Parts: sequence; C-alpha cells; structure tokens
Amino acid sequence: MSESNSATESKNSGIKKIDDQGILKGVEGLTPEKIESVIQQVITNETGARLKVYVDTCVHCGLCSKGCHYYLSLNDPKFSPAGKVKQTLAEIMQKKGKVSPEFIKQAAVIAYTQCNLCKRCAMYCPFGLDVAYVMSVMRRICHKLGVVPLYIQDTAHSHSVTMNQMWVKDDEWVDTLMWQEEEAQEAFENLRIPLDIEGADLFYSVIGPEPKFRAQLIFQAAVIMNAVGENWTMPSMPGWDNSDMCMFTGDYEMMERLKRCHFESALNLRAKRIVMGECGHAFRSVYDVGNRALGWRMPPIEIIHAIDYFNELFEQNRIKIKKKFDTPVTLHDPCNVSRGRGLHDKARNLVNATCSNFIEMVPNREHNYCCSAGGGVINCGPPFKNARVESGKEKARQLLEAKEKGAKVVIAPCHNCHGGLEDIIHHYNVGMELKFFGDIIYEILDLP
Amino acid sequence: MINCDSWDWDKGKKEVGKFSDWREKFSYIEDISFSPDGEKIAAIVKNEDMEFTVSTQSEGAEPETWETGYDKVWNLRFGPDGRLSAFVSDTGEWKVSTDDNTWENGYDFIWNMRFNKSGVIAVSAQKELSYCAIINDVPWENEFSKLTDMVISPDGQSSTAVIESIPVLEGEIFKFRGGCYSVAVNGDAWDRNFMNVWKPSFSDDSSHVAASVRTSYNDYYIAVDGKTWDTPFSSVWEPCFDPNSQSVIAPVKRGGKWFLAKDGAIFWDRPYFQLWHQIYSPDGKRIAAIVAPEFGRWTLAIDNTPWQITFSDYLTDPIFSHDGRLACIFKDRGRWGVAVDGKAWDSIVDMAWIPVFSNDGDNIAVKVKKDGFYHIALNGKILDTKYEYIENPIFSPDGSTILIRGCQGGSYNRDVISIKGGFSYA
Ligand code: SF4
Ligand code: SF4
Repeated sequence: MSESNSATESKNSGIKKIDDQGILKGVEGLTPEKIESVIQQVITNETGARLKVYVDTCVHCGLCSKGCHYYLSLNDPKFSPAGKVKQTLAEIMQKKGKVSPEFIKQAAVIAYTQCNLCKRCAMYCPFGLDVAYVMSVMRRICHKLGVVPLYIQDTAHSHSVTMNQMWVKDDEWVDTLMWQEEEAQEAFENLRIPLDIEGADLFYSVIGPEPKFRAQLIFQAAVIMNAVGENWTMPSMPGWDNSDMCMFTGDYEMMERLKRCHFESALNLRAKRIVMGECGHAFRSVYDVGNRALGWRMPPIEIIHAIDYFNELFEQNRIKIKKKFDTPVTLHDPCNVSRGRGLHDKARNLVNATCSNFIEMVPNREHNYCCSAGGGVINCGPPFKNARVESGKEKARQLLEAKEKGAKVVIAPCHNCHGGLEDIIHHYNVGMELKFFGDIIYEILDLP
Repeated sequence: MINCDSWDWDKGKKEVGKFSDWREKFSYIEDISFSPDGEKIAAIVKNEDMEFTVSTQSEGAEPETWETGYDKVWNLRFGPDGRLSAFVSDTGEWKVSTDDNTWENGYDFIWNMRFNKSGVIAVSAQKELSYCAIINDVPWENEFSKLTDMVISPDGQSSTAVIESIPVLEGEIFKFRGGCYSVAVNGDAWDRNFMNVWKPSFSDDSSHVAASVRTSYNDYYIAVDGKTWDTPFSSVWEPCFDPNSQSVIAPVKRGGKWFLAKDGAIFWDRPYFQLWHQIYSPDGKRIAAIVAPEFGRWTLAIDNTPWQITFSDYLTDPIFSHDGRLACIFKDRGRWGVAVDGKAWDSIVDMAWIPVFSNDGDNIAVKVKKDGFYHIALNGKILDTKYEYIENPIFSPDGSTILIRGCQGGSYNRDVISIKGGFSYA
C-alpha cells in the first residue's frame, strides 16, 4: 500500500484527485440500477423518518459552519456540515437514488474523509440536526456498494477474520501479553497479567494497535493494576479488542459481531465490569452504537473508560504517587468521551490529581475541536493524510495558543487523537509532546 | 458429561490443602483450582530453581510438584476426566503437559485448549507461521496461513476450525472479497471458499460440521459440510444441529429482525430484536433460545414462545434438565439472578454462574457471589456458608447430595452435603 501525496484540487469541488484504490476500483463494477437499489434499500429499511426529517428541516442558515473544524480550517462552504449534506444525501434524496458511479465516488470521499462524525456541528444547529448521522448513512450506502477507502476497508476485514483491527492472530496476542508480563517482571517480581480469571472485578480491554504498536501501554496498565492491587484479568481468546472500524465503514452486521464478542468475552468470565484503555471511538462503539444495535439500551455490563477508572483510583486514594508531573500540560478532550459521554470534568479532576501545572486549551470540554483523525478518517490512510492534516489547521491554532500560555505536553486520552495530533504537531511545527494519562501515571507512580 | 459414579459421595468435609502450606513452600503461586472430584487442588508455581511448574495437593499430603520446570507455564486446567494439563515452554518451544508428561511435538505457540466430554485434548498450534490443530499430540497433516475458532468433536476423534484457504495479504481487499476463508475438518478444507467463516461446530454424532459464512457484505448463510443454505440473510449467528436428525437451526436476520431458521427456511416466524444461543432439550424435541422480544428486554423463548418475565440487562447460560425443565442466569438492573421455567428466584446476587440440575431435574444448585463472598444457592435460597472461592457445585448421581469445592479461611475443602435441609440461609 504505497503512500501518495500527489493530490491536486479541482476547481469546483472540495475533493482532491482521488488516489484510493478502494474507492476507484470499488466503483468500477457499479451500475446506476445497483446504486439505486442499494440506496432505496438503506433509506427505506434502515433510516426511517429520521433521515428525511434531517434533510428536509435544514434551512441552510449556515450556523453549523463555525461548528466544524473542516470549515474553520479550510474556509470553504463545501466543507461546512450543511455543504456536505448537500453534496451527498440531499442530492440522493432529490434524485430519488438515481445517481451515477461518479457521484458515489465523490460522496464516498466526503463521507469517509471529510467528516469526523464528531457531532460538534449539532450543538450549533438551531434544530440540533446531526450531520454525523447523515454522513453515517452515506457510509452505509457506500459500504453496501463496496466503495470504501482501501485502508479502512482492510481494517474492517481484519476485524471480520481476527475480531481485532490489526490482523493480530490469536497466538500473537497471548505472546505479546507474555512478553509484556516478562518485561514488567524484570522490574516488579511476580507481576502478572492474569489471563481468563473467572469472577475478576475488572476485565481490561484494549484496541488492536496496542499489542501491535504500543505494547508499552499494556505494560504500564499492568504495572498500575498491580500497584493498586486490582483483581483484574484479560482474555486469552478474541474479545480483547474493543475497537470497531466496522462501525465507521458502515458494516453494521460486523460491528454487531464484534461487540457481541467483546461483551460475551467479559461476561463469560463473569467480570464485574470492563475497563477499557484510552480510546474514544471504541467507547462510542460499546457504550452507544454497538450495544443498541444488538438490542441493549445500555451495555450489558458496566463499562468504563480509562479516564473514569484512573480518576476513581485517585478519588478513592487507592494510588500513591511520588510527586505530581510538573511539566506544564494541556488537555485534548476526545469527542467520543467528552461530547459523547461527558467525561470532561473527570478528565480535569485527573489532570489536577496528577499534574501540577494545567493550562486549558480553548474551546474545551464538549466544545473541543476534533483532532481531525476521528470517525475513521485517519484509518483511511496515507492517500488522505495531507487533506486530513490541512483540516486540522484550527486544531493546530488551538494547540499553539495553549503552547504560548506555557503548555509543553498535550494529554490526549485516545489512540486516534494521538495519531491525528501527532501529524498536526509535526506538520504545523507545534513542538509539543503527546502523552496518554497512562504515561503520566506510570511516570509518577510511587512503587513499593 | 462428568462420570462421577465412582466418587466419594459420603457426607462430610475434608481438607484437601492449605494455602499456608503453599505459601511456605513457594515464592510464586497462581490461582488455585480443584479437580472435578474435589480430591485435589492445583496451581502454577515457581520451584526452587525459580522455574515455572505445577504443584498439586491431596488430603493429608504435602503439595507435590511436577519434576519438570519450564520457562513458562499457562492455561492450567483439569479436564473432565480429572487429568491436569497446561501449556509449557522451554527455550521458546511450546508443548502440552498432562500430569507432568509432555507431548512429543513442540510448536512456536499453542493455545485454545479444548476438551471433549471424556477429556481428549485438542489445541491450536503455530509453527514457523503455519497453523494447524492437534488432537492428543497428533497434528493435522495440512497447515494454513491462519486458523481461528478451533473446536473438538464430541467423540474426540476430529477437530475443525476456520482457516485461510487462499493466503491473502493485508491491503488485498478485492482478493479478500472474492473469498479466501473456509473450514477445515481434520486438516481437510471444504472445497468452497467464503469471504468469512465463523464458529464451525460438529453434529452430535461428530460426522457433520456447520458454520456461519458470508459470501459478500450483504449475503450471510449457514454452510453445512461446505454447502450453503439456498437463501441468504442479512446476518446469521452460529448454527447447531438437531440431535435426532441432521437438520441445522440458526438465528437469522431479515428486515432488521431476528428469526430462527431450520435448514434454510424460517422456522420461528416471530420477529425478535435479538435471538441467539439456541439449544435443544436433551430429547431433541424442544428448542430454547435467548431472545429480546422487545428492544432492551431479554428472556428465553421455548418453541418460539417467550417467557412472560423479561430482564433489562442480560441473559445467559440457558440449560435444560434431563426431564426438560429450563433454567438460565439473568442480570436485571445491575443485579444477577436465576430463572427457572419462567419464574425468577427471589434471591438476587452480585454474580451467578451456570445453573446445575440434579439428574432427576428436581433440584438446582448455583454458584453465586454476594457481598464479596461466594455461596451455593439451592432451589432459590442462598446457603449461609461463605467461601473465598468455589467451583461450580456437582450433584451426586442419585441427586441426594451436592459436592462443594471451596476455600474457607485459606483451607481448600471438599464438602459433600445433603440437600435434604438443616441449612441456614444467607
Ligand atoms: S460531525 Fe464534525 S466533522 Fe462532521 S460535519 Fe459535523 S463538525 Fe464537521
Ligand atoms: S445549522 Fe442546521 S439548519 Fe442551519 S445549515 Fe446547518 S444543519 Fe442546516
């Protein structure tokens, strides 16, 4: 999969030259009839009245524009939330599904790579219209047509084969845990990453990239769990990955399979609750989208994000630190756990419990800007990297402002945010360091 | 099924082992568990040479440690036949060791230990990035580039798994869509490939295999011995075989709702918000499944009629008694309980495990957790005795007594109690 940054912008569209085989080859076999039939099927069977109300209610007032970091960064109405609807489902509905393969090609780029499904714009619309939902419907249509960016499609395929997003095979998973356990035992004798313990208080789940690229996060979590004397476990078989790119490609059948696997993995072990690592989209998939698709109003087992868990450790005085982290920090609120779950105050409690110098970035909490990587956009890979980083200009401005006030470290309790912010920091020469809460806690932990 | 006729069913408690003995002897002890008959306890420990190994203890004896020590040991389990097995590794080579006897063949990694009812062991294995299954130290003749979902047949003679039949590299999304996965039975792949395959399972007579497959993002089927049902569905869950015929039933999704299908046709015509974990009664005449008759409400349906009682959070472990009673575990508003034949027990607990019926179906015992301690619940009431740890209870063959294997105050005890009463309740 070669990286190409040769995109050039055409005059009339916000879309640069498409250089993605998943989309280009995906549309090759499409006929107008097939497109129309899939569209009708999705709109009639799956969207109900909600989509029509959304599209019909919009009065094109443009108030949502300043809610969207794409618009703010690129200053082009095509990137405004309403503009994206206009170029996709509004036209589809107006034409009653009679659109061309070329249209689907453009619509796929917009839906998959020009909207982070961050839901910020919904707070600015007088009617609360949720453009993220409309973009998700567009993605669902594209998925059913087989027109999906190659990288994220491959990730969804990995999910379908391995139940994790990184093609981590069953043996590689356990091997990685053993390797992390061994490393940790060099520093802390008899430390364990306990596998498959029935009746544990806490089932710890992570996302696919952790064993693949960021295994030190599992190491750090193990050290923290051991330091606080947690009765915890991880599963040796699939179900350990809480992430979900199928939710973002529009493959909801696969999303259901993944979420069931994750919940049953924890419930078969009769864990009291699931604590998940620092990931935002995964939280959305287990706490909102995936559980409901399976028939649960709420998750069948208590499931909390690492922010919540770490905060609880400090509130209950279960954790001892040597001293607070004293490099000035700022905090990036991940959309899915702040706007989506309201964890922003707990995140601030945690920053204050762990760091001595906290500088807010503005706007913040539920008004924070997305890192531009969310909603599966970063997972669409190198062909869309430059465009993604350009749409992060507003985020860069926000970071630089916090830096000017003295912040040197950005805490981002989400994997995708890390990926997105890393690129933004590099591209705009922001010069700040990125950390997870787990990194900070591990660093200041007072170990026996 | 555990054959427990020959076990000691005399009423009374004996101490099998003491944690303090282990503490004295070992610097490192993992979780201690009981043998099925409760006569032995075992755990992974470190020996004097600081190697990982296994120790066991029986009544009146000192902990007895395996002679061989290893770099690593994991997945220590008693099989249903009472033999004790684990994955062990020396210098990076993994084997199965059963009662301190290791298999001949070594692999780069082994995992997913599966027992049939009489204790035959199958595992998944990887060597030089090739994958296969092994039964009793005999590997498949064919190897594959990927292997998941391995299971052993009821007769212990066969194993099956999902395999990558056409090697596909990361990023080859169009090749993937063409179908690169299949099922292998004893190493022989079905002659048809699919986009995905999940959860193959054997028929009761071990001669057929069924699995869930998809041939495109929109077409899900059940495949039996490599041949798909005629009709695609928008999704399916894992199938199971009718014990009296070669028919296959599976949950299928159509028009956004779930149904039960048999041999490709809708069999339970009532739409559910969810339907899974279907099981046959032991005589094969009735079917029960976990269903959500309305959004966010869970119950069991028996022959397509849901129980009236529903639960908000979760339902699991449906199980028939030999005479056709039906029980399950539920979670409602955060608390767990047991439901039998459509009625919930009054006792609500913090956690409950699979219900255990006596052979005659008259009595039910359940391992539960309440206020930080484990208890046995019997026929709706929680017995007062507290444990720091217990295994699932087992009824004697005549149903008059229960074997409780639990730890109290650091003592691992085997206790046989009469079900006739004289209990105090929690
Ligand atoms: S959901 Fe986020 S990225 Fe998408 S249009 Fe709204 S503000 Fe923009
Ligand atoms: S703010 Fe709401 S009504 Fe106004 S243009 Fe945006 S989506 Fe339409």
